Amino acid sequence: MTQHRKQVILGAHFPGVNNTTVWSDPASGSHIDLSSFTHFAQTAERGRFDFLFLAEGLRLREQRGRIHDLDVVGRPDTFTVLAALAAVTQHLGLAGTINTTFNEPYEVARQFATLDHLSGGRAAWNVVTSSDAFTGENFRRGGFLPHAERYERAEEFIATARELWDSWPVDAVRADGADFLSDASAGTFEHRGKHFDVAGRFTVPRSPQVHPVVLQAGDSSDGRELAARSADAIFSRHSTGDGAREFYLDVKGRLERYGRRPDDLKILPAATFVLGDTDAEAVDRAAEVRRQQVSPQTAILLLEQVWNRDLSDYDPDGPLPTVDPIVSDASSIVRGRARQVGDPAAEAARYRAVAEAKGLSIREVVIELTGRQTFVGSPETVARALEHAVATEISDGFILVPHITPGGLDEFADRVVPLLQERGVLRRDYAEGATLRDHLGLGPARPASDWGTGVSAAHGASAEPLRTGVRASA
Amino acid sequence: MTGLTPNATPIHLAVALDGAGWHPAAWREPGARPDDLLTARYWADLTTTAERGLLDFVTIEDSLDLQSADPFSDDVDTRTDQVRGRLDALLVAATVAPLTRHVGLVPTVTTTHTEPFHVSKAVATLDHVSHGRAGWRVQVGGTRGETGNVGRRTLPPIRRDLASSPEGRAAVRERFDEAADHVEVVRRLWDSWEDDAEIRDVTTGRFVDRDRLHHVDFEGRHFSVRGPSITPRPPQGQPVVTALAHQTIPYELAARSADVVFVTPHDDEQAASILGEVRGAEARVGRNARPLTVFADLVVVLGSTTDAARTRRRRLDEAAGSPLTSDAHVFTGTAADLASLLLRWHDVGYDGFRLRPAVVVDDLTAVVDELVPALQRAGAFRTAYDPGTLRERLGLPVAVNRYAAASA
Repeated sequence: MTQHRKQVILGAHFPGVNNTTVWSDPASGSHIDLSSFTHFAQTAERGRFDFLFLAEGLRLREQRGRIHDLDVVGRPDTFTVLAALAAVTQHLGLAGTINTTFNEPYEVARQFATLDHLSGGRAAWNVVTSSDAFTGENFRRGGFLPHAERYERAEEFIATARELWDSWPVDAVRADGADFLSDASAGTFEHRGKHFDVAGRFTVPRSPQVHPVVLQAGDSSDGRELAARSADAIFSRHSTGDGAREFYLDVKGRLERYGRRPDDLKILPAATFVLGDTDAEAVDRAAEVRRQQVSPQTAILLLEQVWNRDLSDYDPDGPLPTVDPIVSDASSIVRGRARQVGDPAAEAARYRAVAEAKGLSIREVVIELTGRQTFVGSPETVARALEHAVATEISDGFILVPHITPGGLDEFADRVVPLLQERGVLRRDYAEGATLRDHLGLGPARPASDWGTGVSAAHGASAEPLRTGVRASA
Repeated sequence: MTGLTPNATPIHLAVALDGAGWHPAAWREPGARPDDLLTARYWADLTTTAERGLLDFVTIEDSLDLQSADPFSDDVDTRTDQVRGRLDALLVAATVAPLTRHVGLVPTVTTTHTEPFHVSKAVATLDHVSHGRAGWRVQVGGTRGETGNVGRRTLPPIRRDLASSPEGRAAVRERFDEAADHVEVVRRLWDSWEDDAEIRDVTTGRFVDRDRLHHVDFEGRHFSVRGPSITPRPPQGQPVVTALAHQTIPYELAARSADVVFVTPHDDEQAASILGEVRGAEARVGRNARPLTVFADLVVVLGSTTDAARTRRRRLDEAAGSPLTSDAHVFTGTAADLASLLLRWHDVGYDGFRLRPAVVVDDLTAVVDELVPALQRAGAFRTAYDPGTLRERLGLPVAVNRYAAASA
């Protein structure tokens, strides 16, 4: 077997409910119909992607106390869509973002175990937390958790889910001769912890991957540490340059103390792209896409997120406001999503400096300073950049976010993927019978007791030997 | 039963899918595929078979606890001779949705331990992915096992003998009141987007008309939910809500919350009396929606002759080590005799029947290949699917959006 070059892991992020997604383009289709998801998933599978990725939102966003109406609004239920996609795809991993604050481990563990069975070992869970009382108003459990506790709960949640997934021994289902079960206690679990005090029987027998692939989006030091302790992959915001490499090395460096190897945790930044026949054409298209993404109304709205005040009377084609931003963090005008602006005064100063230096209007400066695409160029340029990023420890691959639903991935699959295959950094075919863990080059799932999360847990079945899965040749 | 006016409306027919079937020994039968119960292929085969038989819908059983010989018992179930383990029913329904075109998909989802917000968007999404074929079998949970598994709340367990004490009855009533609140929230969230809320108005830059999105602002004794849903209104507006009911309190829940109720008469006399009880429950709760669509549940053990059916049942009972017992009447006989029974109860006033195949692979096939043709010959069952949603197939009225109606 020849030595393989380091493979580029590819995730396909279904376009989300933010202004990256362009709904005003004539090519933009439904964000709800299964046909859109099917098209997107089948394109990703044709392009030999590792997985499809769905984000989460559990309350419609609001700005200035009203439902935000300028971006795509609304999305279907994540698990339900992924289960439907399991029927119309054969190889593609199916990753869902599921909150640990507004769910219970028993439900989430059975949903992911079910998805893993129905898809033949293709399930993945992007674990997120929320401390948001605003979102909590949609839930009977309501409320929120202090920031520190939400990570604590998330970690114990994952540990509990792993215990549930381990609770059915290998070959517990015999279905032969006298007995259906070979073990009368199959599915028995007990977890006594600070956040979860549960015991009983789990409903879903051991699934093909045993544990779905676990992704996290940790970025703070706590978040990185949590990922190093408990995840298979990180969905990161650091897609390019020194910041990305620093993040990569920092997170990989945290693994050893948990007895893990660098390859055990994949770093997968979100990335956008715009293609053209030539690099110059791609740059022009990218500028046009940016104008679509930042409509005049959206420009004001994004500026309000920096200024943290009502700017609805301002002309998007006019100059920046002369009033100063509201610095108090007591009340954010944005609700239902994380506010990205750290220091409004410094950020406003940056906007003013750029606007002044280049003579830009509100809309132009917002276009200039927000959401620039990660990869812009000809298919050759983009393929080379992807390979380079992975070869130089910027990432282990990317979760690509197209700006058009559902066709935004088509051109990438048709034009970039063949080049990545020629370069030997992307599979030409999926390995027969491979699970998502196999696609990603992750070993068999380690039982809950191996993760050493320090969470007290008592459970009987986790010492059972694990199925040794077929690993992808890469 | 003579002297009844024949019921001229067609019969509705559903099957209840659960593992290898409703007989505990079903998995031992030669064609039972016990190794496949957790695969998409198995469920796709069952639902496409149901669709071949032009059935109205399938239900899929589920619970937030492992199956056991007696879910109400405090004792740990140690049996190894029956099917244990199952998949999440709603996700099974979602997986078979793209593989079928007509048959309705009605998963079981419990109310006691679940978030109405999650349930609402999940069933709405099932309706989206199936183009208007989704339903929900509302199940009130609360066994000791479920409560211990989920752990979100401590609840007095509901026991089989609950009706025997005033405290027991009060606990049950409270659990069912909460279920009614749960369904109310789910239904409001389904309506929280008006059908035309997505406007994509490029001139004003607006994707939705926010005046057509509505907070549901439910405040109840057990929980409050603000809304709106994150998921646009499903194709049916209101997916079909169903419930299985055996006694007064559950009849009243169905009358308050459901479109379709499954009941369990064991003979002609009960068939009439239970129907009366359902209508009485509707009157007591002041149901002003259209009367419940009433299905009778029957476990079916079919054979080419009555003797053959009895032989099958005897063989299954022997394999199980005890005779089959059920909350529903167990019909053992030929498809022709079953058709006669269904027609007779149809004339009493039943709209349809939910058949629980004793052995799925055998009895579902017999329903499709023998019972359905017998009913068709009697002019009582469709010979092809009409286009349309599950609601339309069941003759349920168009679901008017409560918020659109209020603002119109």
